[in-house]
This record gives sequence, structure tokens and C-alpha cells, in this order.
Amino acid sequence: DIDGVGHKYHLELELEDVLDKDSTVNCTAEVLYHLGNKNIAPDVQFTLEGELKNTDEADNVFYNRIKSLEKELVAENIPDNYGNVSPEMEPIHLLAWVASGYVIWQNSTENTKFQLAQIKHVKQVKRSDEYLEFDYKILLHEMLTQEIIPWQMTVLWHPQHGVEVTRDSRQPKQA
Amino acid sequence: MKILLLFAALVAAARSEQLFVGDQVLRVTASDEEQITLLRGLGERAELQVDFWRHPTRPGHPADLRVPFHSLQAVKIFLESNRISYNIMIEDVQELLDEEKKTMMKSRRMERSTSTFDFASYHTLDEIYNWMDTLVDNHPSLVSKIQIGQSYENRPLYVLKFSTGGSKRPAIWLDTGIHSREWITQATGIWTANKIATEYGRDPSVTAILDSMDIFFEIVTNPDGFAFTHSSNRMWRKTRSINAGSFCVGVDPNRNWDAGFGGSGSSSNPCSETYHGPYAHSEREVKAIVDFIRSHGNVKSVISIHSYSQMLMFPYGYKTAPAPDHQELNELAKKAVSDLAAVYGTKYTYGSIVDTIYKADGTTIDWAYDNGVKYSFTFELRDTGRYGFLLPSTQIIPTATETWPALLDIMAYVLEHPY
Repeated sequence: DIDGVGHKYHLELELEDVLDKDSTVNCTAEVLYHLGNKNIAPDVQFTLEGELKNTDEADNVFYNRIKSLEKELVAENIPDNYGNVSPEMEPIHLLAWVASGYVIWQNSTENTKFQLAQIKHVKQVKRSDEYLEFDYKILLHEMLTQEIIPWQMTVLWHPQHGVEVTRDSRQPKQA
Repeated sequence: MKILLLFAALVAAARSEQLFVGDQVLRVTASDEEQITLLRGLGERAELQVDFWRHPTRPGHPADLRVPFHSLQAVKIFLESNRISYNIMIEDVQELLDEEKKTMMKSRRMERSTSTFDFASYHTLDEIYNWMDTLVDNHPSLVSKIQIGQSYENRPLYVLKFSTGGSKRPAIWLDTGIHSREWITQATGIWTANKIATEYGRDPSVTAILDSMDIFFEIVTNPDGFAFTHSSNRMWRKTRSINAGSFCVGVDPNRNWDAGFGGSGSSSNPCSETYHGPYAHSEREVKAIVDFIRSHGNVKSVISIHSYSQMLMFPYGYKTAPAPDHQELNELAKKAVSDLAAVYGTKYTYGSIVDTIYKADGTTIDWAYDNGVKYSFTFELRDTGRYGFLLPSTQIIPTATETWPALLDIMAYVLEHPY
């Protein structure tokens, strides 16, 4: 409890590679939730104790595959209703995961717990520069309220420059 | 070449089957009203035989057209010259149909010949209800099916009764699927019901339990919601009851019980996923269970199964004060969770609902506990969010397999601690 400022949490985490359960990295972090104004994202500071795996090769394979598509990529329901993700869509799924992490961070308070529930729709947007751009419509699941919240996010990615969410907005809920 | 096609068509006609070889389905998006008009005109050209699977309605909204092989070139030239954007959704309709037919025949063959139900896939309501009858047929002296009521949309609410005799023996109640989108629970329910039936007479623990107690198992506790997840919205959680004065449908069946009903751990807004309903037990699906347990009078344990989060919890959710039996329930949960983890290493957290997940008012197990059912537990099955509600079917059997020892721990404990 920090008077007049907010609540600070000190965390000791073990990060596990989603694609390789045996690969873990320890991490310490400090999260500060600001008092009052719920519209400010919590401050996050972290230190990785070790290195993350190098993914250059897989990144480049994916990058080149998308760059060489004749028509812009379009897909729906990832995973599908039965939890399936086709191998070609796995990187699209992972990219959404990372990007939604940013959206979740920006919208988190001490009373929220968000997860990416599903990608409803993703459409690649043609760009003249070297970046890949995807327009995602995702569903976020919020644990406390149990709500499924549709969200739009525009995601930029490049193997060397990483992920950036350039635009995102909450969408109206389906009746 | 034409002769062959003609021959094929004749053969197909003789078998009264329509062929779609080489037909494609195009997804077309008109960008303005003029293009909408053009598209409609395309549909009116009888010689092209364009079949609209989804009609062009508004600019920007996709229309789906099945285009017979012989018209493909003409249609594509038409679209391209009018700058109407499209993409090929299905490259060859017949190929898709052949694949689908193969899969369905294979599945049907498997199910008929050995009456082997595919536990490793997700099923529809009808398939589950049919399977229940198969289970009863295969174990007539142990399993029977009873109906405890009807859902809002008048679907039967079925409960499987496992009993070796006696009259109103002390009983264990299990339910899965009260929240319809939690598909891993109904799937685990089916596997578990089958396991109980097949292990009686083989596993000493199951045999001891069923020799003295009855088990009641409601696998699809919210059939209306479940049907809706298949037909319309995979993420549907609540019942499908109409709310007076609101466009929003449904009540959260796990906030509708008379235990701390209407508190802050639920919502008074019908549009909310945790809407508690107009009054406690307003939902037929909940009332049926309340009436059943009350009139039975000898239920010693209620285990309500949800997903996801990997937790094993006991009362209370509606208040922070520990339940009188907190210590005992906590110890039992600890053991169950440890035995679950021993199977594949899956980690669960455990504790009271309010300590472990959040304040929740009007829940199943709080009601059961406050009405004399001491051993009341709720599970949150796999996973912790990677797939969430959309858990791949490859995880059904592993999930059911690891949960089994935890369930057995609780049931065996109930047997050994009569009250």
C-alpha cells in the first residue's frame, strides 16, 4: 500500500515457453496499480533472469510465407469451436496472444483477469513497407464478470522490430 | 470428355444425388449499392445457375455464391470487369462433400459396430442423450435414467442414477455443464459416468462406494444453453430464459441458488453473464435440482463441475467467514488435488470459493452446504487460459483421467465419514 499513490505488488515468476514446456526462465516484477483513475494502465517493471530463446528462424519462415501470399490472409475462429488451430494459423494465433497482452495490460485493474478467448476474425492489411499488418477482431474473457468482450486491434509485426498494437478499441457486445 | 461428364451426371441422377464437381464457392463483397444491384442481376441469369448461399444485402457485407463449374469463367470475368472483389472460399465443392461423407460414415460405422462412443470428441445434445440410453442398456442392473424436470425451452433434464439397490441410500450428486460453454465438463461427465459403470465390480473403491451409496449424475445440467453453444454462440454461459423487460436472455444458473442470493457477487443486470435472476430458484434447471435433493433427503455430497482455471473449491463464495467444516474440507481438497497432479503434473489451487477465485453469491455448493450437504465441492477443470473454454478435444481424456482420482478421493471419503 503506497499512500496517495496506489498498490504495489512484488512478483516472482517462472515463465514457461508455450511451445516447449521444459524451457523456463525466472522473472521478477513490480506492478503498481494507480489509485483513483482506473483509466491508467498499471506500471510494470521487470527483470528477466536469463535469456529468452532465439526465434529468428521461425520468425523469418513465417514472415516470408506471409509476404509471398498472393492474396491477403483472411481467417476466422481461431481456435475453432472445438479448440483446433491449424498449423498454418498457429503463428497468427501466437501473434494475437502477444498483441492481446498489450491490450490486456492497458485495461487491467486489481479487479480484472483477462484472457484471450478466441480470434473471431483476422484480416491482413496490405502495406507498402516491410511490416506485416493484421486487423484482428478478438474475444477477451474477463474472469470476475465472466464477460466475453469483443475487441478490435490493429497489429504491426516485423521479425527484427517486434510487435506493435497501433490501434485498439472495445466493440459492442453481441446481444 | 463431355460424354464422361454426361455419363457421370446420368449415373448420379439415377442414384438421385446431385454432383458438384469443380463447383466453387466465392465470397463476394460489394463495395457500393451499384455492385449490389449487379450481383443480384447475376443471380437472375438462369443459364449461369449461380446459387446464393448468402445473399448480397449491404455493401461491405460478404455474399457467398456457389458457382457451377460451367459458369466459373463467365462469373469471374463479370466480377473482375466490374471491380467486384471476391475470393475463393471453396475450391471444389464435391471434394468437400466427399470428405465430409467419408468422415460421417466412418464415425457412424464405429458407433454402430462396437457401440463405442468416441469419448475423445465433443458431442451434440442429441448424441449425448442417445449415449445415455446406450449406457443404461449396457449396465441395466446398475444404471438407470431419470428425468427431474424440464428446461426453459422444454428439454428433458436427465440424471443418471447409479445404484445397486436399497431405498434412498445416502447419495452423492454430481453435475457437469451447468455453464454451457464449459464443454470440457460435459465431455468429462460422459467419460466419468462410463468409468463408474465399468469400474463397479472391478475397482475396490468404486465397488465399496456403490455397495452402500447411490450416485446421481446430471451431465447436461443446462441443455438449452448447450444447444445454443452448438447452434449460435459457442461462448453462451447462462440459461436461455427470457427476461421480462429486457432484450437480454438468460440467467446465470450458478448465481440463482438461495444462498447469499442477490449479493454483490452476482449481477442484477439481465444482460450480465452473472445475472442472478428475478428471484432464487427462478430457473427451472436449478429448481429441478433443488426439488430433487430436498425430496431425496439423504444426499451427503454435491460435486459441481465447471471450467476453466484448475481449482478445487468448497464453501463459501457468498461470505468470507470460513465454513464450520473448513479445516476438514480443506484437508480433503488438498489430498484430491495432490492425487490429480500425480497423473500428468496438472497443478490445481484449492480453498474456499471466496479465497480461491472471487466472491460469488447464490452458488450451487453454498446452497447445498447451507442445506445440510457437508461435502460440497466445485471443480474448475483445465486449462488456465491458453485455450480456456475452447479446450482441444485431445485433452478430453487426459482431463477426465486426471480428475478421476480426485473425484474418487472425495467419494471414498464421504463413504467413510457418514453423518
